[in-house]
Amino acid sequence: MSEVKIIPLAQLPIRSWGKVHSLLAKDDSRRRLMDLGLVPGTRVEAIRRSPLGDPTAYSIRGATIALRKEEAQKVLVIPTER
Amino acid sequence: MILVKNPVIALAGNPNTGKSTIFNALTGLKQHTGNWPGKTVLKAEGKFNYKGTTYTLIDLPGTYSLLANSLDEQIARDFICFESPDVTIIVADATCLERNLNLVLQVMEITSNAIVCLNLIDEAKRKRLEVNVEGLSQELGIPVIATSARNGEGIPELLEILHDVVNGKIVPQPRQVVYSKYIEDYISKLQPQLDKRLYGRLNSRWVALRIMEGNPKIIEAIQQYLGHSIQLPTLKEVII
Ligand SMILES: Nc1nc2c(ncn2[C@@H]2O[C@H](COP(=O)(O)OP(=O)(O)OP(=O)(O)O)[C@@H](O)[C@H]2O)c(=O)[nH]1
Ligand SMILES: [Mg+2]
Repeated sequence: MSEVKIIPLAQLPIRSWGKVHSLLAKDDSRRRLMDLGLVPGTRVEAIRRSPLGDPTAYSIRGATIALRKEEAQKVLVIPTER
Repeated sequence: MILVKNPVIALAGNPNTGKSTIFNALTGLKQHTGNWPGKTVLKAEGKFNYKGTTYTLIDLPGTYSLLANSLDEQIARDFICFESPDVTIIVADATCLERNLNLVLQVMEITSNAIVCLNLIDEAKRKRLEVNVEGLSQELGIPVIATSARNGEGIPELLEILHDVVNGKIVPQPRQVVYSKYIEDYISKLQPQLDKRLYGRLNSRWVALRIMEGNPKIIEAIQQYLGHSIQLPTLKEVII
């Protein structure tokens, strides 16, 4: 059986895609991430990183959303083709 | 619904969906609009007349949710929950409808007097997206009006539906989210306890869900609204 690679969203390279696997965040921050559309199964693209390296803009369910690194660390994704 | 003399209408919705543009179109005022999210930071108020009724319109900050705890969300949530507007218009972006439905469902859980304004329909068309407005309305159980607020399209229809809802000619029947049996069992234990204490001041199903969710800040906001003479039941009370 091939192993599925799971990485934090923060490590998803720019211009690549991932599928949300699970959230490590708790309470308010978990709620916030889910309300932004980051529920298991959602496809996300990393679009660009701000010049200072943080935050990063992601395309999530049709909108571009900026997440701070500490937030994106708490979202686990499976890298996918497009 | 009883005939409301001076109805209060709230405009809620995700950031950047055109709430302030609609507010300006209806009131003739000049709320800040522009192409970046988070322009409306506090709620703005205006008035307009339609068919002999004076409406008060409240432009709320854009939010993705009413359940987290940024200041914007608190303002929007407190208004919709605790100020009980006569109708809440949820302005949704037709170009990314799916992500807007989260807030639509959250509002529908609090109040049944809700209308969806499906805005930016011109942008959706440009992107070759077609929305089945009638189908959406049937699925949600509440009126849905397609608008392109920047050029005034659909605004007369929105006003007419608003008028009909305020006057009880249309009674929205929002479809409720049904949770897993485990959660529904708790709701049905909490709800009678709540009905005894809330006297209809808040939707008891919504409060039951918040008690289960256990977000201390939201529970505190509810408690504050009710006053401390009313004690909310705790989850422990209903675990038998
Ligand atoms: N093409 C098009 N643009 C629109 C429409 N409605 C609003 N806009 C534009 O969308 C942008 C955002 O509109 P606002 O009215 O500021 O949005 P808002 O929902 O109040 O935004 P926040 O207060 O930040 O949540 C503005 O540039 C508007 O001119 C529409 O129906 N079609
Ligand atoms: Mg606004």
